[in-house]
Amino acid sequence: MSSQGFWLIFLLPVISFVLISVLVKPLTRRDSPVAGYITIMAITGSVILSIWTLAEVLGAPNHEIHVPDIIWVTIGDFTIKTGIIMDALTAVMVVVVSVVSLMVQIYSLGYMEHFVHHDGDTYTRYYAWMSLFTASMLGLIIADNLLLMFVFWEMVGLCSYLLIGYWFHRPSAANAAKKAFIVTRFGDFGFLAAILVLYTNTGTFDTAQLSDMAATGLLTGGILTWAAIGIFSGAMGKSAQFPLHVWLPDAMEGPTPVSALIHSATMVSAGVFLVARIFPIFAHSIEAVTLVATIGGFTAIFAASMGLVMNDIKRVLAYSTISQLGYMMLALGAAGIVLNHEGHVTVEAAKAAVAIGIFHLFTHAFFKSLLFLGAGSVNHATGTFDMRLMGGLRKAMPWTYITFLMGALSLAGIWPLAGFWSKDEILITALDGNTLLFILAMITVFMTAFYMFRVIFMTFHGEYRGGESEEYRHPHESSKVMVLPLVFLAVLAVGVGWWSLGGNFAEFMGEHHPHAAGFFDIFASSPWPIISLLLALAGIGLAYLMYGSKRISAEKIGARFKMLYNALINKYWFDELYENIIVKKALLGGIFAGFQEVDANGVDSVVNGVAEGTFGSGNIIRRLQTGQLQLYGLFIGLGAAVIAIVLFIVS
Amino acid sequence: MDSGWLLAIILLPVAGTILIAFIPGLSERLIRYIAALFTLVSLILAVIVFAGFDQSIGGIQYELKASWIQAINANFHLGVDGLSLPLVLLTAFLGFIVVLISWKIHERVREYFAWLLLLEASILGVFCSLDLLLFFIFWEIEVIPMYFLISIWGTGRREYSSIKYVLYTLFGSAFMLAGILSLYFTTEPHSLSMVDIANRSGVIVQSIMPAAVIFWLLIIGFAVKLPVFPLHTWLPDAHTDAPTAGSVMLAGALIKMGGYGMIRICVSILPNVAQDFAPLLLALAVISVLYGAAVTLRQTDLKRMIAYSSVSHMGFVLLGVFALGEVSLTGAGLQMVSHGLLTGLLFAMAGLTMHNVEERDLRKLGGLARQMPVIAIVFSIAGLGSLGLPLTSGFAAEFITFTGAFSSTIVEGVEAYTLLAAVGVVLAAGYILWMLQRTFYGPVLEQYNGVKDADKLEKVYMFAFVVLILLVGICPFILTDVIQLGVSPIASLIGG
Repeated sequence: MSSQGFWLIFLLPVISFVLISVLVKPLTRRDSPVAGYITIMAITGSVILSIWTLAEVLGAPNHEIHVPDIIWVTIGDFTIKTGIIMDALTAVMVVVVSVVSLMVQIYSLGYMEHFVHHDGDTYTRYYAWMSLFTASMLGLIIADNLLLMFVFWEMVGLCSYLLIGYWFHRPSAANAAKKAFIVTRFGDFGFLAAILVLYTNTGTFDTAQLSDMAATGLLTGGILTWAAIGIFSGAMGKSAQFPLHVWLPDAMEGPTPVSALIHSATMVSAGVFLVARIFPIFAHSIEAVTLVATIGGFTAIFAASMGLVMNDIKRVLAYSTISQLGYMMLALGAAGIVLNHEGHVTVEAAKAAVAIGIFHLFTHAFFKSLLFLGAGSVNHATGTFDMRLMGGLRKAMPWTYITFLMGALSLAGIWPLAGFWSKDEILITALDGNTLLFILAMITVFMTAFYMFRVIFMTFHGEYRGGESEEYRHPHESSKVMVLPLVFLAVLAVGVGWWSLGGNFAEFMGEHHPHAAGFFDIFASSPWPIISLLLALAGIGLAYLMYGSKRISAEKIGARFKMLYNALINKYWFDELYENIIVKKALLGGIFAGFQEVDANGVDSVVNGVAEGTFGSGNIIRRLQTGQLQLYGLFIGLGAAVIAIVLFIVS
Repeated sequence: MDSGWLLAIILLPVAGTILIAFIPGLSERLIRYIAALFTLVSLILAVIVFAGFDQSIGGIQYELKASWIQAINANFHLGVDGLSLPLVLLTAFLGFIVVLISWKIHERVREYFAWLLLLEASILGVFCSLDLLLFFIFWEIEVIPMYFLISIWGTGRREYSSIKYVLYTLFGSAFMLAGILSLYFTTEPHSLSMVDIANRSGVIVQSIMPAAVIFWLLIIGFAVKLPVFPLHTWLPDAHTDAPTAGSVMLAGALIKMGGYGMIRICVSILPNVAQDFAPLLLALAVISVLYGAAVTLRQTDLKRMIAYSSVSHMGFVLLGVFALGEVSLTGAGLQMVSHGLLTGLLFAMAGLTMHNVEERDLRKLGGLARQMPVIAIVFSIAGLGSLGLPLTSGFAAEFITFTGAFSSTIVEGVEAYTLLAAVGVVLAAGYILWMLQRTFYGPVLEQYNGVKDADKLEKVYMFAFVVLILLVGICPFILTDVIQLGVSPIASLIGG
């Protein structure tokens, strides 16, 4: 197989998209699931190819396979190429994306059935967009230059727009979709600007070349820093980092499997991936990596705090995602700070430094998609996402309960589940980078465990509180097609962390002397793993006391800290600030309205005034409005007169 | 025998006009077929010319030159180069499509199609002319059919809008004529040939008139058409009140005459002056983009919204032109074609929506995606292209323009102008998505139950638009390779 064959990973879902939109839609019945089968087959192909890619890259020297570029557009010296990059980062990411996507697609067969049969939805539109979504994300990952990445980046944004707004007849869904697109586009502006800056100063879009230039000092100083910050602003949009986090909680308006995909492997992970892809550039700017670490660390605790009080299960998970993405950014930034302090930063060292952040992305993708799919399963049984209407579901839905519990334990960072290993590495790196950020990260560990087990106790323990309505009085386990992906993902959520044992993962990413932790002796080398584990257990304990045994009254605490509770439940009023104060009042109602006034009265009245002045009276205008065109000649004459006069004066 | 092609492309619609106007007793049906046939053949010829354009030579091809008014050395001189050829193709395409769009016109059909075809011919003439006088005459002819199309078949304040359109255009062309005559008198021997004057651009000015004055006389004429803030206020009115075909032609082809004229005449004949005044024009470009987008966001009328978005998008053309780099000029050329397709389709879809729903107020529309899914999808594609989504022509054009402008070394501070203009893309996402949401999403409204979706004919032209938008978006080199041949000699005049 030629190395261009790697394109197939991305092309298979593209083909699925085209097939579904061109053939399946006109040729099948409205409720035919054939679109789902096509998508699942295509993505299964991508999974196989991805795993094969991973094996190839594992075996290749320097874990990198060269794939020649294809020239796309040439204008003089300006050339745009398209090409793919096959390194360790790509290989890990394609596996994550294709595997999670496959699970989501299988699960969707069961999840969407209800909506197809009751609400008149179709599988075709859903799976067409899901295919395109997966394809775009895979395209983003394999692209070797910033422009191509930007193309797929925007396609990912488009697909999430379409999928969040899947139920477009609901105003809330249409609004959420629009919000997601516009907020992320706000960040994309920075990404685009950075591409322009980089291209103008280096003459290339190629990420590998740009990385080399940064390492060899051809790309330095303010240009490098501003470019990195611009790219980071794009990443902040997609990865929902403060202050561009506002779109993600609303994005749950889409079907739940869509949320699962957006929150784990696609869309939000795009931002973290982007920073990782050109990390050699970031690593050369202490300002940029400090910004990444600070924004990441702050976002982690900021979002976790809002997750503490939400009553909607998907909202808790959404804030959890933002928080975990903050962790990933923190890991990248802190690793960059450490690297930068060591002095000479090589491309290899920088590429290896992303291992910690990417490893968390890797583990998080599995347990977070699991949690969302679990929430979807619960929703099927209860008809709601409001945890106040749930409770006691562990008996009715044992499979959902067990798998959800695994996901929650993993997310909370309990040994020896996947989340423990990736989070532990982040904490250690944060400690090396910046003490304050480390403390924030430690507090976040406690909060994370608390809000996840608040979910567990409110949803699965205690007595069932009846669900959405009468018809959900007797909850039941979901169908096999939904449970099997849960089980599969649960296994991954437990086990994938072990790849890092002995420093294997870091070594794969290019670290020559990785910090090698063993299964048990992780606790021997430093006190922090045990401390973080105890913090997480404390969080679980508190959640039990408040929502399990109810020894502590949540209401009383809420009443005691009323101010804080209000701030949290209102999401620190950011939506209010952005939507009402900035957009509605300041821009649309203020400046833009002013412009419109200018347009309607200023510019036009000047023009009208000039016209009237020229003719000396409004009569002519009135006569013109009857449709006569004699003025034509007058104007020509006027023009000629102007010339004659000018010529006369000048000569 | 290359020389007759362009003449045929221009004369076919004229012949159609004459047939329709002067053969008595034609049925409405027959008139439509004649219009479609003549514009289609013209389009086919344009495609053949495009395919036959020799990219290894570049320069001006398909030239036709005949002496016309010897006393003033005016020639009937036609020809296309890489810059004008894509615009000829675009105009021929839109010229045919608007006939299909007008299929449901039943009011004064004979006159309507006669004017419509004459409009196409005059725009084609502008893009093909290499003689300044000929150029000017075609430029002026265009006003008349447009005036009648708006004032008779338009909606709303159509009389006001049509007369405003005429006044603005004449105001601009008065200056332009002054500029052209000045050029004529400053060359020795007096010449009206664009090629001639441009070739002698270094030598022209025996200083009867300062070059800067000539430049501004000309640019005002083009700026009205493009349009450039603050000369844009005719555009929202004219676009809004024109019949659908008129809006498509106006936004799609006609306003490109402004951008084309700026490159073809202002920049290539007076490159040094263009360079001197570039910062001012770039500032106007930024204002047009941002101001246009801001005002767009305030609109509540479907067509008016699209009209204002044109002001914003044509600002990108101005940016590309006066960044004066080879790549930026190519981007500007591509943006003109791309905007012609995207906004042409947007207006076509808006017209169709308004025709089928009989409502154009965005505050009263909603939920139509269920009732007219095909229109919703195509409208969305046009919208997404317009907000610069990759794989559509909008992204290709805007990205090349931005990259070209940002990396152009000709004008001081061009980076800042480019970045400011790029903010327009963020605002575009705002107004486009808002427009789509207000029209198509949200709860299904009962009063619109039973509205029709697109019929077969409508699907045909929608499909043609969409294919071209994606084709240019995915393979921009089809056009950029050609446009570059046209702009690189111009760019080299400036040393860029």
